[in-house]
Amino acid sequence: MRFDIEYRSLESVAGPLVVVGKVGTAAYNEIVRIRLQNGEERLGQVLETSNTYAVVQVFGPTRGIDIEKSSARFLGETFTVGVSEDMLGRVFDGQGRPRDVKAEPTYEARRDINGAPINPSARALPNDFIETGISSIDGLNTLVRGQKLPLFTGSGLQHNALTAQITRQAKTKHTGERFVVVFAGIGITHDDYLYFMDEFRKTGALNRAVAFINLADEPSIERIITPRIALTTAEYLAYEKGMHVLVILNDMTNYCEALREVSSAREEVPGRRGYPGYMYTDLASIYERAGIVRGKPGSITQLNVVTMPSDDVTHPIPDLTGYITEGQMFLSRELSNKGIYPPINPLGSLSRLMNNGIGPGKTREDHRGVADQLYGAYAKAQDAKNLSSIVGAEALSESDKRYLRFGEEFEKRFLSQGLYEDRGIEETLEIGWELLSMLPETELTRVKSEYIRKYYKGAHGAATA
Amino acid sequence: MGVIERVSGPLVVADGMLGSKMYDVTTVGRAGLIGEIIQLRGERAIIQVYEDTTGIRPGEKVESTGSPLSVDLGPGLFGMIYDGIQRPLEVLRGKSGAFIGRGISADALPRNKMWKFVATAKQGSRVRAGDTIGYVQETELLKHHIMVPNGVSGTLTRISSGNFTITDRIGEINTGKDRIAVTMMQKRAVREAAPFARKFKSDEPMVTGMRVVDTLFPIAKGGTAAIPGPFGSGKTVTQHSIAKFADVDIVVYVGCGERGNEMTDVLTEFPELKDPRTGRPLMERTVLIANTSNMPVAAREASIYTGVTIAEYFRDMGYSVALLADSTSRWAEAMREISARLEEMPGEEGYPAYLPKRLAEYYERAGKIETMSNRVGSVTMIGAVSPPGGDISEPVSQGTLRVVKTFWALDAPLAASRHFPAINWLKSYSLYTTAMSGWYEKNVGAEYVANKKAALELLQKEAELKDIVQLVGEDALPDSERIVLIIGAMLREDFLRQSAFDDVDAYSSLRKQSHMLAVMMHYAGTARELVGKGVSADRIAAMKVRAEIARLKGVPDAQVEQTAKKLMDEINSESSALLVTEREGQEAA
Repeated sequence: MRFDIEYRSLESVAGPLVVVGKVGTAAYNEIVRIRLQNGEERLGQVLETSNTYAVVQVFGPTRGIDIEKSSARFLGETFTVGVSEDMLGRVFDGQGRPRDVKAEPTYEARRDINGAPINPSARALPNDFIETGISSIDGLNTLVRGQKLPLFTGSGLQHNALTAQITRQAKTKHTGERFVVVFAGIGITHDDYLYFMDEFRKTGALNRAVAFINLADEPSIERIITPRIALTTAEYLAYEKGMHVLVILNDMTNYCEALREVSSAREEVPGRRGYPGYMYTDLASIYERAGIVRGKPGSITQLNVVTMPSDDVTHPIPDLTGYITEGQMFLSRELSNKGIYPPINPLGSLSRLMNNGIGPGKTREDHRGVADQLYGAYAKAQDAKNLSSIVGAEALSESDKRYLRFGEEFEKRFLSQGLYEDRGIEETLEIGWELLSMLPETELTRVKSEYIRKYYKGAHGAATA
Repeated sequence: MGVIERVSGPLVVADGMLGSKMYDVTTVGRAGLIGEIIQLRGERAIIQVYEDTTGIRPGEKVESTGSPLSVDLGPGLFGMIYDGIQRPLEVLRGKSGAFIGRGISADALPRNKMWKFVATAKQGSRVRAGDTIGYVQETELLKHHIMVPNGVSGTLTRISSGNFTITDRIGEINTGKDRIAVTMMQKRAVREAAPFARKFKSDEPMVTGMRVVDTLFPIAKGGTAAIPGPFGSGKTVTQHSIAKFADVDIVVYVGCGERGNEMTDVLTEFPELKDPRTGRPLMERTVLIANTSNMPVAAREASIYTGVTIAEYFRDMGYSVALLADSTSRWAEAMREISARLEEMPGEEGYPAYLPKRLAEYYERAGKIETMSNRVGSVTMIGAVSPPGGDISEPVSQGTLRVVKTFWALDAPLAASRHFPAINWLKSYSLYTTAMSGWYEKNVGAEYVANKKAALELLQKEAELKDIVQLVGEDALPDSERIVLIIGAMLREDFLRQSAFDDVDAYSSLRKQSHMLAVMMHYAGTARELVGKGVSADRIAAMKVRAEIARLKGVPDAQVEQTAKKLMDEINSESSALLVTEREGQEAA
């Protein structure tokens, strides 16, 4: 294989794919530079290679590529990006080139964007609390360092505001640790981009963040590498610079659509709804890059925004995501319509690693019990609401009426909070107890009795109605 | 030796491969990646590669090893964690660091470790495949029996006790044709079921300590079960719980295409946890196969077979083995991915047409059997299924349900209300109940068998009544039916709900389960009697003993019998008191 050969043997261009003939020895996943007639260059990657041709996926637009006059050069390496600590405070495009007006940062190293799978026996168990300052996350679905937790949302819901708030407020409880955010905007609109940048700049959050932005009108195939570049940067900062990195991938639905675009261009047998059969594996290669590695400082936590097409959680994108990630947070249109922000519905939400990140020394001893009891009571409130819509509120039992009131207060005081309101975990748990104190002590079967004695504010010993 | 012609993802096409056999293992390219031949067309072989094929070029060499994908079996297996093709992950970590490099090979079992082999067979005796000829005391409790490899029989011409490595010769068998050296390690091809003398009926339960499972939908030793459920419904927690508490000798846990952190969970927790039966660290009886979702897809496909082959090996020593696979859907998806790359005509939802056959073949490797050396061993298989959108009408769930005998239906609404284990008691079933009732009668008691049946009926009745309540409200029901709701709620909340994270509640012995159930069914009987005598459902619901019954699940095993007896007495005295008040009330009226 000679790396200085310009292959002028382009055979076809279709969608994002270019087939180069007479290559013979291109390596699988090798990077290709395609030079157009006017001297413009586009990067691509080998998707399939044989002794007669190579199929190349082009990350830029294929517009302007001419079969006769364009040429391809195989670079003999995989896709790498420069990484360094200097990247903090900077904004890059979807291929990792500076988007702000400043010069390229000084890179300390180059890394393959595909990473390598973490050896399962080298992982350390995530067990540290990340405080987002948001009650419905910290209190009920605690985010734990090293976890991957998606945000399932729908068009028109306030996930951008929530993501921005988390980026601003997220912190760890330990002093002396560096907590940074790597933000990947994948196919986001210009408006959203301006909103995020504005929020980050205004609050100084950008100083401890790196942003990679692929806009909605930029090449969709670039979206396949944007999250990988973000994660490669995060891995460097985490495992080599010892930082605790929160990676926000927004929006993974756009990523999956780009994946489908390549798959259909390759005429692959489609899986559900036209998405490729390997989408689970592909998504895993992104999500599984969250974690903590034994013997290395730092950690990678992922918050992945997934817009559910027509709010359908069984759609392949949220479905496959939910199977890989460690829980999910659901934004609810119903709560949002009631004017509740953030509209996180606790009943569908779950943080699988919550138990590892809470309890004495991390949050508080009663955290698990309070969370369980609030869930249970809110679920009962929903049942009571459903019942009242059938039989009428008057026909409800005293107990059901009490739960109905609880549900309303819970939404108003616990779930709702201001866009700039940063609640500590103590405050969140206190609000929880105030709400639980609306219920008789005997109903609190999911909290240990010693904590009821300590924190319950209602009349002790009140009988069940 | 062949030459690579084409590379597409995990598939490599090589030319000049005449002479190699289907399913032969090959080394691919300069990087020396491990692959397996899955199709032969003339001189061309299609190879699925177990490692990332990045950087592989047409023109590089492919070499067949001439033998099928196999695992190494022998002392040293316990407590190991392997990838899908039995590469020891701890050793790989030593070689390539925290991230898995490519083209690294490592022996599955330590080759230089010395084991104390105790010969039990006599020199000069006739031996057949599967006969034990000695053992190594691998852990304090587990004897690792050394068996004559499959396909070999003859006269044991030499055998000696002593300290050996697993590849040292410990004996020799004269087959009549050859003299075969016997070592402590043997190899078995993973895609082939190991032979056994005969299969038994599944009539003895594998106790899991989970009340909803053991009492309502039990699984037999040697049986099969599927746990389908949407994400977040607790498949993995259920599997982990079984891995911890099942009353088996050995657990093989296959993490197939799942999260890395889950394996970390097991690796962190199991060495600290004690086997409730033996008091030894759980890790000593566990073998882990971890091919997480981000590890190569072809090795994921193989991981299931690696797991079952190791399970069968222990079964053949006469042990009871639980094989847990999480998740079989990822295995099926790996099959689908490879099939699509082979451009095979897809069956349902893109899965290959041979999916149901592969599922059936896999689950048929479960069973309670008589080994070739007349011992009794069993492999119990429990497979998690991850149906897209939680809808089990899809091919993997359906293909699985056709062959397994126990179905634990995990349920999203139950999980959402934090009722765990979220096994829906109306949809689940166990086809072993009848066959095992004899065992229960003998070992737990006839009353338990009757109570089990009654409890399930009550729960079904409760569900019907709840539908009615949704329409007309609870007040419209007669008291005789309202108490069914009260008892149903008690069974659900205080019996079926079980915390996997509470030290006491996480595991309930059968004895504890039977006592708990007896108390609740006694309450049920008493409630019925009281209603018959005119006591209102409200007053029955307000009985103080109910709160104590609710706490029964937190009572340690040793005190359960006594507490249960006390509660029965309290039920009786409280009910007599109620009757007295009732009579006085009536007389006053």
